[in-house]
Amino acid sequence: MQANLQVRRYDPELSEQGSHLQEYHLEVPDHFTVLDTLMKVREEDDPSLALRCSCRASICGSCAMTVNGRASLVCKTKLSEVSPNGETVLVEPMNNQRVVKDLVIDLQFFWGKVRAVEPYLKPRGEEPEGEYIASNESMLNLLTPMGCIMCGACVSACTVLEVDKNFLGPAALAKAYRFVADPRDGETQQRLEALNDESGAWDCTRCYMCVDVCPKGVAPMERIMDIRELIMEAGMTNTPGARHVESFARTVAHSGRLDEPMLAIDTWGRTNVVKLMGNAMLGFRTLRRGKLPLRSGPFHQKQPGADAVGRIFKRLSK
Amino acid sequence: MKYAFYPGCVSRGGTPELYDSTIAVANKLGIELEEIVGAACTGAGVLQEKGLKLGDTLNARTFAMAERMGLTTIMTICSTCQGVMSQANKRLLADSDYLAEINEELKPEGLEYTGRIVIKHFAWVLVEEIGLDTLKTFVTNPLEDMKIAPFYGCYILRPSDALGADENPGRNEYLERIIEALSGEAVNFPGRLQCCGFPIMLINEKNSMEMVGRHTHNAKAAGADAMVTPCPLCHLNLDGQQPKAQAQRGEKIGMPILHLPQLVGMAMGLTQKELGLGRHIVSTKNLLSKASVRA
Repeated sequence: MQANLQVRRYDPELSEQGSHLQEYHLEVPDHFTVLDTLMKVREEDDPSLALRCSCRASICGSCAMTVNGRASLVCKTKLSEVSPNGETVLVEPMNNQRVVKDLVIDLQFFWGKVRAVEPYLKPRGEEPEGEYIASNESMLNLLTPMGCIMCGACVSACTVLEVDKNFLGPAALAKAYRFVADPRDGETQQRLEALNDESGAWDCTRCYMCVDVCPKGVAPMERIMDIRELIMEAGMTNTPGARHVESFARTVAHSGRLDEPMLAIDTWGRTNVVKLMGNAMLGFRTLRRGKLPLRSGPFHQKQPGADAVGRIFKRLSK
Repeated sequence: MKYAFYPGCVSRGGTPELYDSTIAVANKLGIELEEIVGAACTGAGVLQEKGLKLGDTLNARTFAMAERMGLTTIMTICSTCQGVMSQANKRLLADSDYLAEINEELKPEGLEYTGRIVIKHFAWVLVEEIGLDTLKTFVTNPLEDMKIAPFYGCYILRPSDALGADENPGRNEYLERIIEALSGEAVNFPGRLQCCGFPIMLINEKNSMEMVGRHTHNAKAAGADAMVTPCPLCHLNLDGQQPKAQAQRGEKIGMPILHLPQLVGMAMGLTQKELGLGRHIVSTKNLLSKASVRA
């Protein structure tokens, strides 16, 4: 089949020129992956093209790039899937990380985040004679985060990292969950406290980007939700994030639907005068346009069937 | 065409113009909507943090109520409601023991979900059920020379396996196709499939405002006259918080944000009043005169 690639090139020695797109057109077998195609370019056409790869079997996690804007392992991406009719395929380095050259990014950022969550077991108590034993059952929910191959696709796709490089990010948080939930670890409380802090589990927008691009089904965002659940179960509820969930649940349990103004007031903290005053202008603007839900707080009207909804909450809410 | 209508909390709260414009457009298009009275909030992904079973039960209850109305398709007008319901339905249909367990919780109300419900956003109804050729026949005020930047909202796109990306490829381009069917020009800009930042607006306002600022700035830089979104939560942030995002960026943007039914209604000759276009935070005045929308 005909391969038509557009590759983002960047040479650090010509950094003042920035990056540019270069086209490659070549004939390849139908079964070729995007990685096979890039390697053929490098070997037969342009030896200056820089890319990182190793196993070519979705195991090592070295070859994540963006293909048509989507973070992907290029060894797992068939050219025929992204270019069924010979369409031009745009290959660029991953987002949110510094580009070293062409398609190669600097891994420091990724590893810095992962190291920050202390990704190793910290058992407490007397050391056993043999190994630390964990039941099969207790390890089952760790199977998904343990499948992470550290490719960084989720970090590339994360919409929060795009605006805030301090955020721990999906890969590190999924890794953090793997240790928080490990029955052999002795510092669960300390770990949860750290994750409850700024730039931790509550800063995720739940946009599902990381879930969609992860080639291994780790579903980092769902692990972040698991962390939030554990944080709240551990009684750490005095943060905007936890108050947001509690207020949301309280109003839906009461009325069957959301009470938007109360959700804001509860999340900021009912006595947070600075926030309340800071948003007075927005309140005024929405009021003037007749879209401030005035039936709020004690006046929030129960919708039909709200009592049945309340009963479901009573039975199933943790 | 008759649907069980799930308007969601926000169209009955902070964005009443979405509710009103949906009804106005549906009447014109001959879409019959029967509201599922008493259906609970989907949980919006937030209640799901308190445990999936709680959220799945609330949504199974809504599905059972729609079935009791004798209908099989629920129409939503919110990307978030759509995504949360689609995910819940996928889990319920994948495991009959789980469904039976959840139906036990619905028994006190005499409800049972049998698994026959399909959930479709208004955008999907337009493309997949009404059809764009039919939609075109309703256009009396073509949006010629109008450049519109589509902004989807996360939950109508992802997780893609629950949102029917394989069965219905192209759902991530429906807004463009609708804009073109209305004779407008769809503007491509970085951010069309990104997050608006609404879920962290109350938790990390700075990051959330940075997202609003970037998306509205990028849409403007791409030449858009307005952005359109199928999600009222995106609207709350992109429209309601745009003044704050502008202040944080130190840049005047002034990008009008339209709900999808408003855009469709504009092309169908509905008035500003019928579509609630005067109820936005960012003024739509210039846009409406350019699009010749009657007051």
